Amino acid sequence: MGYQFKFAPVFANFDQLLAGALVTVELSFGAMILGTIVAIACAIGKTAGPKPLRFIIDCYIELIRNTPFLVQIFFIFFALPTLGIRLSPNVAALTALTVNVGAYATEIVRAGIESINRGQVEAGTALGLGRAQIFRYIIMKPALRTIYPALTSQFIYLMLSSSVVSVISATDLAAAGNNIQSQTFAAFEVYLVITAMYLVLALAFSGLFSMIQRWAFNYPMAR
Amino acid sequence: MIRPFGPTEFWFIVSAVQWTILLSAVAFAGGAVGGLLIALGRVSQNPILRNLCMGFIRLFQGTPLLMQLFLVFFGLNISGVGINPWLAAGLALTLHASAFLGEIWRGCIEAVPRGQAEASWALGLSYYDRMKSVILPQAAKIAVAPTVGFLVQLIKGTSLASIIGFVELTRAGQIINNATFEPFKVFGLVAVIYFILCWPLSIYARRMENRFAATTRR
Repeated sequence: MGYQFKFAPVFANFDQLLAGALVTVELSFGAMILGTIVAIACAIGKTAGPKPLRFIIDCYIELIRNTPFLVQIFFIFFALPTLGIRLSPNVAALTALTVNVGAYATEIVRAGIESINRGQVEAGTALGLGRAQIFRYIIMKPALRTIYPALTSQFIYLMLSSSVVSVISATDLAAAGNNIQSQTFAAFEVYLVITAMYLVLALAFSGLFSMIQRWAFNYPMAR
Repeated sequence: MIRPFGPTEFWFIVSAVQWTILLSAVAFAGGAVGGLLIALGRVSQNPILRNLCMGFIRLFQGTPLLMQLFLVFFGLNISGVGINPWLAAGLALTLHASAFLGEIWRGCIEAVPRGQAEASWALGLSYYDRMKSVILPQAAKIAVAPTVGFLVQLIKGTSLASIIGFVELTRAGQIINNATFEPFKVFGLVAVIYFILCWPLSIYARRMENRFAATTRR
């Protein structure tokens, strides 16, 4: 084979790739924060809510976990406008990522809440703590420490699967690649560089998460 | 020309599920072979082999499946094979599944108590006999639940093959949506079919996991 690799046109457009990578990071962090809020709310609903609410949350989790993200994003971007909800590509992408990661993270947060010994909560009540205080200090704080590794690897997976939002013309890293590819016809080279950039992002996320872990969970274990 | 969403369109989407199932089966079968090799490499005595296999796993777990599909698709094209969505999707998903199953099965092999391997050493069993008759059967029991869990992830992953032009369930949905402009019905139907494929597997995986947890707790 006499194929000549053409990396020059890819690096000539590197600023586009960096702009795309920034959108990928923004979408990921946005979905992480919103998804965690969704997850904590749903996990509370699932452990303490009334039966109909628990059923609805169960339906949400099972529906999201057993259908592809690509179909979810098509549904949000193409089907919601027929109901009058019209979202721009990047907002649709953020919505889809939030809805998706929220379902996975709910199960993780619920497992964390259920790992707390009931005696801890009873001890909190005996000490005269309010419901909100018990939830914050006795349930959520140690639960978050337990589930932190599972939650952060879910977040890295979220960042990687966010590349799929390029199909609805969001402006993320993969979409920047599609643009450069259609202008330069150096498809393999473009995607090789982008894949390397995703790998760097994944390593950076994982480094950042373990730094946060050391800083935030730096207090001794209770047991 | 906008067509109505009728029985023809409905059956076009429903019958496309066969390609989703076939692609999942190919990737799972290929990934099972590759995954076993990767898992054995990860637990081998040879540090070079161990690191190579770890690098392979890190690479595939640290990059998006969509990019893996693109690289194989365009890589095959420039290496002279030409545009071939079937081969590209099958190969990319096989490599992807090999890395994930390799990592899952490594954990299962390492979960088998060390004494089992040491006892087979003491009995003078060869590597092949030790793996085939002692370690792998015990690891397989632990592996059922996470393997079925990954199969669900793989079936959902085949939807990305639609982006490189492989006509399976999701692509069939897009084609019909472009002709009928009924995204609610079309993608609703597509989602329901994926759900019917994946949900029983998810339930089975959860049940196996609970059963396994119940037997090991004693």
